[in-house]
Amino acid sequence: MRTLRSLLVACLLVVALPSQAALQVFACEPEWASLSEELGGEKVKVYSATTAKQDVHSIQARPSLIAKMHKADLVICTGAELEAGWLPLLLQRASNRKVQPGQPGYFMAAEQVERLDVPQVLDRSMGDIHSGGNPHIHLDPHRLQKIAKSLTQRLTQIDTTNKTYYQDRLNDFQTRWKIAIQRWQQQAKPLKGLTVVAHHKDWRYLLDWLDMQAVATLEPKPGLPPNPSHLASLKKQMDKQRATMILRTGYQQARPSEWLSDKTGIPAVQLPYTVGGSNAAGDLFGLFEDTLALMLKAIKQ
Amino acid sequence: MNKVFQLCAATLAVCAYSSIATAQQANNSMNPAISMVLQGQYADYKEDPEAYELPGFMLGGEAGLAEAGFGIGHGELVMSSNIDDMYFGKLTLAIAEHEGATEMELEEAYIETLGLGSGLTVKAGRFFSSVGYLNSQHAHAWNFVDAPLVYRALFGNQLIDDGIQLRWLAPTDIFFQVGVEIGRGERFPAGGASDEGKGSKALFIELGGDVGLSHSWQLGLSHWSAEVADRQSGGDAHDGGVAEIPTFTGDSDVTALDIVWKWAPDGNYSQRNFKLQFEYFKRNEDGNVNLENSGPPIEMTSYKGEQTGWYAQAIYQFMPQWRVGVRYDSLEADNTGSDVDVLSEAGLDNKGHKPERSSFMFDYAHSEFSLVRLQFNRDESYENTDRQIYLQYVVSLGAHGAHQF
Repeated sequence: MRTLRSLLVACLLVVALPSQAALQVFACEPEWASLSEELGGEKVKVYSATTAKQDVHSIQARPSLIAKMHKADLVICTGAELEAGWLPLLLQRASNRKVQPGQPGYFMAAEQVERLDVPQVLDRSMGDIHSGGNPHIHLDPHRLQKIAKSLTQRLTQIDTTNKTYYQDRLNDFQTRWKIAIQRWQQQAKPLKGLTVVAHHKDWRYLLDWLDMQAVATLEPKPGLPPNPSHLASLKKQMDKQRATMILRTGYQQARPSEWLSDKTGIPAVQLPYTVGGSNAAGDLFGLFEDTLALMLKAIKQ
Repeated sequence: MNKVFQLCAATLAVCAYSSIATAQQANNSMNPAISMVLQGQYADYKEDPEAYELPGFMLGGEAGLAEAGFGIGHGELVMSSNIDDMYFGKLTLAIAEHEGATEMELEEAYIETLGLGSGLTVKAGRFFSSVGYLNSQHAHAWNFVDAPLVYRALFGNQLIDDGIQLRWLAPTDIFFQVGVEIGRGERFPAGGASDEGKGSKALFIELGGDVGLSHSWQLGLSHWSAEVADRQSGGDAHDGGVAEIPTFTGDSDVTALDIVWKWAPDGNYSQRNFKLQFEYFKRNEDGNVNLENSGPPIEMTSYKGEQTGWYAQAIYQFMPQWRVGVRYDSLEADNTGSDVDVLSEAGLDNKGHKPERSSFMFDYAHSEFSLVRLQFNRDESYENTDRQIYLQYVVSLGAHGAHQF
């Protein structure tokens, strides 16, 4: 018992050490890490819990993530149940009141914008659907802009002393982002009205923005891996209603889309999906540049 | 004028109705997250499961084998929610069939702070002790149908107590957590709620981190001790008489070491992943054992025991939905006492046997909410080697659960 007491005292002493000056940001996904860096500049220190090679639906609530979240001043995630398998556990175990739901340090990007495909009926026989609608919002640049504004508000709320700094960064970002959107929309004109096959419903917002449509998914139901009979039925469907490309992310199996591509001649394309998903996708601008470049290249084939 | 009045009345009615509707919605949206776990299995044994024993160990809690043939396992009803901005609360009811009767057990009922500051967290109520690694995981999250032998032998499957836990998380990049628990000490393997209902104590230290993107690890050291008063374990009825119940009074302490290592290529667990888990336990007990209902005079013996056990298991998800796993269990008991016959009656004679078991499992998870598992055991818990086959399903309904590392 005495050793125990001295241990606790030692622990409390470590706690009393001063914390770092920069705002500690815990981002669930690379896109939010990138946006936080874009808007927070040198005033923030950002940690991304996941990389572009990881499927965020199935992340382990690892000890390292608990340690990171413990020190965070701001947790920025997608929300809309995308991280339902791990985020609640991290929040519970992180022993950090600042980032609990309802606190300024808890920022869910999907809550800042309107979501598509909010289900009318909820039943798990429809697969792993989210009651809050499709959570893969970050690939619509307009929604991203809206989220940038909300995030800046949140940063100023938490770190009031640097209010003008954050406002200036937002203005700068918005100017560059608006010009970029115009350029991208110009570039993307040949894609308008085209149809695609998607591995998962990851591309819902990208396609909505580009006025494109996913006519099928490789997954038979959201969250279930592709199976041979479903792929065979897709092949038949493509014979009748040919799509222009088959899209997947870097963390999804290549085999199903390669198989369908092989059988139908429709090009299979791996898009970066998020920041870090390809060499060119080093930040949010690069992410959209490279996504469009790859899609445009696919339709020229 | 009349029309205006009618219009007003109608508007009021609509307003009243819609405010009721919103009130109902609001009440509904504050409901706790509810989930249910259903389990069922088919079990086939070579030996009679009723004859199961672990020589050298006084069994209690939920130790013992599932009945042969079809059976429904342990169902769970879980409700949890943030209580306010200060506390989180959780209730788990376990529902099981026991000898023809449906039994409901309060498995967890606790509140926990949502960050007191300085990395401190307090949990109070009934909860799984943080001793060991697997102990704080629900049965439905286990990778095998049954608990490791060492959990069965020492804790009657799981160490649950009513009490309070204080833990501290270090503000370091490496995960470092220390915690203490004080419990009532009434449930197996404690007993008697001694020291005025503060009979058990625990201390635990956890460390964890990542190595590169693909590897993660966790290491735990823990210690549990209790002043045990009248801990009963399963007794034998001789010639149809009243069962003589072995009852232990004395000190019991357990030291545990656990190591978990997980791997997934680039940390992407959805395709392939691997998990290695090892736990070692050592228990020392010192006191007396009497056989209740024996005599008169009541038969008793002094008892000093040293029991050790460990298991190692490996689980590999070789493609989405499919996993294979192996596990090896080993136990050893070294008990002494003044009366060898009474020790033997109490099940504390190891009969010159070291229990061990090898298991192999294969499971298919259609989605993350359902699982079907086939498991084989070669069980040498006691002198007759048993061959056990289980076919099990585990499903969860309702709120999306989050699983611990």
